[in-house]
Amino acid sequence: MNITHLILRRLGIGVATVFIVSLLVFVGTEILPGDIAHAILGQGATPELVANIRARLGLDDPAHIRYFRWLGNLITGDLGTSLANGGSIADDIRERAGNTFMLSGITALIAVPLSLLLGLIASTRPGGIVDRIISSTTLALISVPDFLIAVLLVMFFSVYMGWLPSISSLRGGEDIFKIVRALTLPVITLVFTVLAHMTRMTRTAVLNVLASPAIEMAFLKGVPKWRIILLHALPNAIAPIINVIALNLAYLISGIVVIETMFNYTGLGRLMVQGVITRDIPLVQACAMIFCSIYILLNMSADIISIVANPRIRHPK
Amino acid sequence: MTTETKKSAILDLYEDLTPTAILCIFCLVAIVFVSVFAPFIAPFDEAEIISDESFLSAGDESLILGSDYLGRDMLSRIFYGTRVTVYISVTIATLAFFVGSMFGFLAATLGGIYDATLSRVVDALIAFPSIMLAMILVTALGPSIPVLIITIAFIDSTRVYRVARALAMDIIVQDYIEVAKVRGEGYGWIMWHEILPNAFAPLAAEFGIRFTYAILFISALSFLGLGVQPPHADLGALVRENMQGLLYGTGAPIYPALCIAMITISVNLIVDWFLKRSDASLPDEF
Repeated sequence: MNITHLILRRLGIGVATVFIVSLLVFVGTEILPGDIAHAILGQGATPELVANIRARLGLDDPAHIRYFRWLGNLITGDLGTSLANGGSIADDIRERAGNTFMLSGITALIAVPLSLLLGLIASTRPGGIVDRIISSTTLALISVPDFLIAVLLVMFFSVYMGWLPSISSLRGGEDIFKIVRALTLPVITLVFTVLAHMTRMTRTAVLNVLASPAIEMAFLKGVPKWRIILLHALPNAIAPIINVIALNLAYLISGIVVIETMFNYTGLGRLMVQGVITRDIPLVQACAMIFCSIYILLNMSADIISIVANPRIRHPK
Repeated sequence: MTTETKKSAILDLYEDLTPTAILCIFCLVAIVFVSVFAPFIAPFDEAEIISDESFLSAGDESLILGSDYLGRDMLSRIFYGTRVTVYISVTIATLAFFVGSMFGFLAATLGGIYDATLSRVVDALIAFPSIMLAMILVTALGPSIPVLIITIAFIDSTRVYRVARALAMDIIVQDYIEVAKVRGEGYGWIMWHEILPNAFAPLAAEFGIRFTYAILFISALSFLGLGVQPPHADLGALVRENMQGLLYGTGAPIYPALCIAMITISVNLIVDWFLKRSDASLPDEF
């Protein structure tokens, strides 16, 4: 199989997955039929009003027709109106998506290089004192809930020291200084959670490569250790490491939801949590589709990069 | 197995104990004790308002960990919260474990179309960030404890399925399975008597990992306000409801969070120790 064929196939699987996910999102939120009408009306739901709303929203149509209408609207960018405030969901999301991308982008920029470095350092001398410190610290970090890290940071930096705000809501129009101050604690918390997973996985990936016969050969030839790691092991570990990075950026999604809520950050994650609490079904559907699509996109790019990075596929016999 | 070999196995286990493992086991025993006997050892009832002042610091008015945002005893709240967290997580891990490993073994044993179908379904579910699935179901069905348990167990079982299937795939190609098949044993017998004992050590470790995952997941949901609802509280909900206390400089939101960390770190370290000791490893998950 040649390389374009493989990539096209992976792209196809990606698109199919998005469809399956959209089906799950739709079915998941529509398990209770007619609930939307009740949700809009709340206490004042008389049978006539419910019937009215159901007719207006087209809820009486069969499920598959509603699904395709919803999907069609979604693809054309019409995300519907919020049940909670009647506003356009697309506007709400546009307002907040930038903030969420800023938060996750900065986190990724810091966490990715740092964890690769730590993973490489740990793998140079497995079982050594540095490796033991890195491994046990990251194991501890993986085990603790992300809000514990956040609470401890707030306790120290906001309450005792008074250096940084404990609430990071951005309403737009802040100057750069204020934005940096608001982002510092959420970014540090997220870096900690992502860093731990990514460092451990990088270490495992590099150690796996180091165990291969080619590397043993280099050792026996007398190549210095740093050269082996940088020039022999690292190129071969690129595919698994890229995979690690993509998987961990996917981890960020659950981290983002918790941390945005914790710091009252005006982002998509908190918007979605508010949507769940007020049972704003269209809003939750839209947010879930955005988060899931990004997750699938990241996983798909990881697979495609490993296909491209694999010399056996690039140069078929 | 004769009693003699059994005895020596326990003795081996005892000799292999490292100081870290002893500490972790001690922590877990304490946690189990607290969750089982919470109503007897808690100094006050979880709902009883003890003090007029909210967010008393630890030690004030002889409340060991101070009071919460309504003036209830924090220590008693934590005892009860630990109980809720542990009960829910154990149920989730057990459910996920049975469903996941049963289907995993089935897929590996039956192979062919069954394996392909099950694995595709699981692939599709894993392509779904679990927090999204949970949030969608909570939106549709509301945050009730049974819904949460079934949702998270369902999400978790897909991970267990992958591990169990990968383990069983390695076992199913062994000669003794072939022998058992030729002997005329049924699939159920093979799964129970051949695959399960051989996959037991890594699966036990996986159970520990699923348990910590369940704790972190249910705590995160409760922290977001989508999990256990007042008047009950698990450890995550305790952190959430006492967040304001941070501004008053009390540790009220920190104690329950540390409690979660204590459970999860202990379990993870024991799993690590157990895997090293039994020289088993889990199939790569990434």
